[in-house]
Amino acid sequence: MTKFIDLTLSGISDGAIYAAVALALVLIWRATRIVNFAQGAMLMITTFIASAVINSSGSYWLGFAVALGSGLVLGALVERVFIRPVESAPPLNAVILTLGLYTLLVAVAGMVWGNQPRGFPPAFSLRGYQVGGTTLLFTPNDTFIVLVVIAVAIGLAALFRLTPLGLQMRAAAFAPEIARLLGVRVARMFTVGWALAAMAGALAGVLVAPSVFLGPNSFDPVLISGFVAAVLGGLDSPPGAVIGGVALGVALSYVSGYAGSSLVPLAALVILVAVLMLRPGGLFAASAERRV
Amino acid sequence: MSAIRSLLARSTLARSLAWVVAAAVVIVIASNLLSAYNNLQLATGLYYFAALAGLTVLAGQSGQISLGHGALMAVGAYTVALLIGNEGWALVPAIAAAVVVSVLVGIPLGAAASRLRGPYLAGATLAFAVGLPALADKYSSLLGGENGLTINPPVPPSWLGANFPLEQWEALIAGAGAVLVLFVLYNVIGSGVGRAMRAVRDDEIAASLSGLSVGRTQTIAFVLSAGCAGLAGAILAVVLQLAQPGAFPLQLSLALLTGVVLGGLGSLVGAMWGAALLTLLPNWTNDIAHSFSLSQKVSANLPLAIYGIVLIVAMILWPSGIQGGVRALFERVRAVRGARSSRRASGSPTPGSA
Repeated sequence: MTKFIDLTLSGISDGAIYAAVALALVLIWRATRIVNFAQGAMLMITTFIASAVINSSGSYWLGFAVALGSGLVLGALVERVFIRPVESAPPLNAVILTLGLYTLLVAVAGMVWGNQPRGFPPAFSLRGYQVGGTTLLFTPNDTFIVLVVIAVAIGLAALFRLTPLGLQMRAAAFAPEIARLLGVRVARMFTVGWALAAMAGALAGVLVAPSVFLGPNSFDPVLISGFVAAVLGGLDSPPGAVIGGVALGVALSYVSGYAGSSLVPLAALVILVAVLMLRPGGLFAASAERRV
Repeated sequence: MSAIRSLLARSTLARSLAWVVAAAVVIVIASNLLSAYNNLQLATGLYYFAALAGLTVLAGQSGQISLGHGALMAVGAYTVALLIGNEGWALVPAIAAAVVVSVLVGIPLGAAASRLRGPYLAGATLAFAVGLPALADKYSSLLGGENGLTINPPVPPSWLGANFPLEQWEALIAGAGAVLVLFVLYNVIGSGVGRAMRAVRDDEIAASLSGLSVGRTQTIAFVLSAGCAGLAGAILAVVLQLAQPGAFPLQLSLALLTGVVLGGLGSLVGAMWGAALLTLLPNWTNDIAHSFSLSQKVSANLPLAIYGIVLIVAMILWPSGIQGGVRALFERVRAVRGARSSRRASGSPTPGSA
């Protein structure tokens, strides 16, 4: 029973991180209909920047803030410089471009910081809570991860539903031409979408770095899980991304705990295919109208 | 001469045979001239071509994305390694069996894939590329775990001479596979099946209203490309004499898609460009990186950086890939020549030039 609780709790904490990555992918998909394969490398860069700031200033929270800020800037920059030229090209071109960007950023990080993974400090203690003499596999830092991701998800939902900026972003994503006629600066909304997405990604990077260490390729598995979570939930749905992330985290935690960690990639495949066979657009897909 | 020309214009089969003969002649001559190392590269390029040609038909003709074809290559490679290494099969039947097995794996995958669109298909095939190599660990007594399976090098047949170089024989094996793929796919693209794929790609609903089965057409495309990937993987295992999970990482699947798009989506000539790029680019970037005296940190990562920059720049400057660029160049040359000859024709009309 303790094992079950442990696995559930650590699954929720992993899942919160997948949810943050999935949110980043969903925001970009909604804004520009592009799956951003460079997301893993972008959050790797912002986490390296955070690490440098933490090391030189000694303050975790300054590094945390810098990571989020540099995420915003990097996201906007990537959209303006690299993505804008291929937004009207065939969709596969954008896929290859983001793969190229991923490769370039990984190489740049290796040149600047070296390929040897290094440690990254957690925000809070990594010692599990004590309950009645047993130590749970859930730490104060895990609590922090879950709360931060919940806060970001709620914040994004509020932004999209309650603010004029959110309304303009939704309009730009769903009917760019009509939105443009009504005075929405569609291109700018795309940039804002990328910036927000990269910030969510940067958050995931800082949160997961203590457990995967910090190196140019450390975040690849996290990105893959985040992508699977986003597809599970439905790429158009931010709540779907969060629920897909947590569900995937918990399910993979059970598989790893009860059946062995070597089966985790296979389990992810089976879960994804099973869900997609029942709902080809993900769990939270709206049924789409198709026209000739 | 004109009879041959009209035959080529009329018959896809004749055109494909002309291509096959030309490709076979070039491969045989090249493998005779090249050094052992370059023959290995030729073999690499040729099995890449087999995989890329299948994927370009899937992605370019049928309009489906796959990030999982590296794993289908692994299916072919492990089949060959098991049949040759454990069961003692001969080369050709083992490779043929590898194609059959990868087609059998491709059928349920293709049926599943035909229900999915765009990023959902990308996600599912990505999970396949990441998940499948885990089987090698799970069944490590059969599949050899991380170390994989090794097989003995292929023995050149005696009629080629006593000291026929191994690398040249490997290049010829890979060449035979590539030519077979070229023949089959050329005819598929030119047939009704190819036309159905393009119809489904351009407009699914219009295609199904015209009586085409969208799901079946997409499944056929997927199975076809799975067979090509299996053949490529089988040849890879023969050339490297090894099948191991490390040879089929996610990066391989991504590189295949990259080669298809960089070469020119949907075109078999584009697949040739893509195969050449995937084979040669790593060497070039390595050479460039080591021609400067740089710190170890920088020179170790420079090839990767150049590769990334090539992908980004190519996608921005040549969105339709190398073959798209070549085609545009040809059309301009033709337009210039056409303008010239029509000018000449209007000056002094020559009979029969029309």
